[in-house]
Amino acid sequence: MIIQALAFYVFAAIAIASGVMVVTSRNPVHSVLYLILAFFNAAALFVLIGAEFIAMILIVVYVGAVAVLFLFVVMMLDINFVELRQGFMRYMPIGALIGLVLLAELVFVGGAWTFSGEATQVMLAKTPEIAAVHNTEAIGNLMYTRYVYLFQAAGLVLLVAMIGAIVLTHRQRDGVRKQRIGAQIAVRREDVVEVVKVTKGGGV
Amino acid sequence: MLETLLAHPYLAHPFVAGYVVPTVIIVVQILAIVVPLLVAVAYLTYAERKVIAGMQLRKGPNVVGPFGLLQPLADGLKLFAKETILPAGANKLLFLMAPMLTFILSLIAWAVIPFDQGLVLADINVGVLYLFAISSLGVYGVIMAGWASNSKYAFLGALRSAAQMVSYEVSIGFVIITVLLCVGSLNLTAIVEAQRTIWFAIPLLPMFVIFFVSTLAETNRTPFDLPEGESEIVAGYFVEYSSMAFALFFLGEYANMILMSGMTSILFLGGWLPPLDIAPFNWIPGPIWFFAKISLVLFCFLWVRATFPRYRYDQLMRLGWKVFLPFSLFWVALTAGVLVTFDLLPKA
Amino acid sequence: MTDLLAEYLPILIFLVIAVGLSAVMVAASMIIVPQKPDSEKVSAYECGFEAFNDSRGQFDVRFYLVAILFIIFDLEVAFLFPWAVSLGNIGIFGFWSMMVFLGVLTIGFVYEWRKGALEWE
Repeated sequence: MIIQALAFYVFAAIAIASGVMVVTSRNPVHSVLYLILAFFNAAALFVLIGAEFIAMILIVVYVGAVAVLFLFVVMMLDINFVELRQGFMRYMPIGALIGLVLLAELVFVGGAWTFSGEATQVMLAKTPEIAAVHNTEAIGNLMYTRYVYLFQAAGLVLLVAMIGAIVLTHRQRDGVRKQRIGAQIAVRREDVVEVVKVTKGGGV
Repeated sequence: MLETLLAHPYLAHPFVAGYVVPTVIIVVQILAIVVPLLVAVAYLTYAERKVIAGMQLRKGPNVVGPFGLLQPLADGLKLFAKETILPAGANKLLFLMAPMLTFILSLIAWAVIPFDQGLVLADINVGVLYLFAISSLGVYGVIMAGWASNSKYAFLGALRSAAQMVSYEVSIGFVIITVLLCVGSLNLTAIVEAQRTIWFAIPLLPMFVIFFVSTLAETNRTPFDLPEGESEIVAGYFVEYSSMAFALFFLGEYANMILMSGMTSILFLGGWLPPLDIAPFNWIPGPIWFFAKISLVLFCFLWVRATFPRYRYDQLMRLGWKVFLPFSLFWVALTAGVLVTFDLLPKA
Repeated sequence: MTDLLAEYLPILIFLVIAVGLSAVMVAASMIIVPQKPDSEKVSAYECGFEAFNDSRGQFDVRFYLVAILFIIFDLEVAFLFPWAVSLGNIGIFGFWSMMVFLGVLTIGFVYEWRKGALEWE
């Protein structure tokens, strides 16, 4: 039990500290790396509450995919980050306001959960005992049947993201000679090879 | 013997018995994985040179020690004795962190690999996902190295490598899903146990092939070794590395190869199970079967390297996105459809 | 401590050992072996030339597109994991529910194929 508590405080502290470093570090690449560290600690916290599946998916999707894109962008774009920072004080009030709203929402959600006695009763899906059903299975049992509309909506969101990404970034370049595999395979021997009888001293 | 030792008053103290002893046991177990792994990596480099030499009618290393068997140690010692060069324009911390990260990832993945029934360090419920997550992190070592070196070759190599690893990651994901459909669990031990009747390599043969080829791409091996492409971008993302930093990259890559072979054995070749559960086969203990299967897959890695020329980059991306991805996606649907129709699904 | 967490403890210890091992290997070599850097040694490798310009230039937007498409397919795989595990429990409805999901994404895939987003030149 002590190890568990200790682990919680260590991971939570590192998560918060790296969260602060994301915002304050000067080099944007370092920011992204701190963000990754924060993701890792969040995953560890998920493991501590027994949500193994979410923890692993957090690493696979956020660290393994989303953060790779972030790194691509900050490492390889020639953005002048000093210039970007100049507007910092001007946007500060708006940023602070958004932060405050989010914080208030969190407090409301948490508060409603804690103080209303019925919340746990009206929950559609109660958390099963970890020993009885592994949480990957628990998610699978519900997501594709009871929450089928939300699931399909997620599919549509992904579709929109895919199309959006292509519309925004895809450029057709002219004058490019592409490999046409069908044409390559369809070539017959007679089209390309010719056997010529060469007489001695006659040349071709 | 052990029990009398554990009954010793110092060891029976609650703190010692509750925390110190378990920790020591875990550390010993970890060392029992790491040390043989590093030896295996060393001799994989030796095997690679010997096998390719054999295929090209050469002798391979044969000077240091009998049959050149001490060659990997000599190589390691040489790398250790070199100067660690930190390029002037490099981001020093990240430059050193990149090879360390590659090495660390290739080690900790082994925590969930089962070597035999119950012989596993961490028998977590989401073993496959853990391995999938670790392999999706491999791309960081590459990007960080390429960026931190501040050299054009390294940068180009990293860029290529990142796009390549990411592309084949997707088909690896789909292939894993087809296996999971047949098992109904993410636990690696359960996956091996589900192959008692038949190894998945047989009913899922096309997926097995795709998985093997994708692991070649994922570990940057020939014919997908464009990131290194020594004839055009010198050595790709580790052009600036020397000494132990280079050695860690090297160790990490080879440990990753062994890991991927282990994954192939677990997912498709029945892990520690003998090919047939009859007399001469099941006398041999499980870990030896597992080792034999890993060696077989690794031999195929080396064989491929000795046989095939390098892919062109557009062909590589085409293979990943236009062949493997739709095909493995189709197989996911097909496998699920067959299992549902004939009511063969594993029930919880 | 629950059984579940007990299984993760070795991974944590393994991580610590792996970090320690790699740090020791690099540090030991740097400390024991004489380090004599000079300006030629530490300059970036560029086939013997001086570097022409900064190496971190802009590059083809295609690489971003690959990264974005990868995220989308990775998410798709993430959705498939729980489905594959519990398909036995959710039966035919769960099966078709996923088929519709995959169908929607296949539309996207066909779109990107037709648009030539998967082409490299």
